[in-house]
Amino acid sequence: MTQYPLLWQILMIGCIVLWATAGDVLIASAMRNIGDLDRIRAVKGIPGAAAAVLGSPRFGLGVLCMSLSFFSMLFALSHGDLTLIGPAAASLTFVTNAIAAKFFLGENVDRRRWLAAVFVCIGVALLAH
Amino acid sequence: MNQSKLTAGQMLNLAVVTVTASCGDTFLARGMKSVGPVSIHHLGELIHAVLTPWVGAGIVVLIGFFASYLTALSWADLTYVLPATSIGYVIMELLGHFWLREYVSPWRWLGIVFITAGVGFVARGPSYTHTHQSEPEQQQIEEGQHA
Repeated sequence: MTQYPLLWQILMIGCIVLWATAGDVLIASAMRNIGDLDRIRAVKGIPGAAAAVLGSPRFGLGVLCMSLSFFSMLFALSHGDLTLIGPAAASLTFVTNAIAAKFFLGENVDRRRWLAAVFVCIGVALLAH
Repeated sequence: MNQSKLTAGQMLNLAVVTVTASCGDTFLARGMKSVGPVSIHHLGELIHAVLTPWVGAGIVVLIGFFASYLTALSWADLTYVLPATSIGYVIMELLGHFWLREYVSPWRWLGIVFITAGVGFVARGPSYTHTHQSEPEQQQIEEGQHA
């Protein structure tokens, strides 16, 4: 196995986090645009709810980004340090999602939510020890 | 900010997200351990892996996770759903310690404390806030139903 230098591993972590954040934000945006799935299911049934989700181009793009994140993770894990890449990618995604949700989804990320994202980020990183 | 509070059904949905994510990953890990390493030159072995009980069960549970995750995102913010459901990490650690008798280091206990505090912060706030986006397509669906 080729062990890449730290700079390359950081770049690989950046790729994983970038695609995962893009995927989460696109999927969240698609679901927000579609509306409450419970109410859609009550009106149009499960096939109607499934059609609403699968018919959304933004949802498809989100799934594509999540797939790219998954394959970036596989590539990184096969060439890098598992104990660095796994926890770093998992924990950083919480913070980047909070930033992206504020700017791209227009969510009101108040101090409480920033604290939650940072605490969970630190907690997930600590679980790897 | 919209002070949206969750209904009992929505809380149950978040619990399903948490439990299915943890269980799905555990089932897949358990299944892949019994299958062994899969070489890139023998990708057909992955099909065999999917047909094993643990991996198959893991996939079914993860489909349930994705469905409940999408449902949660349709009525709650991303910055609410992700931290709120991260309590699954804590559940996995506690199950490992008390059920499987695994050793949990002081660093990991500290991690559990941080995650629990993070979940506590977000759970006390609203689940949904206003966005700059257009009104949901769901209104059009309901309007179409009444027409």
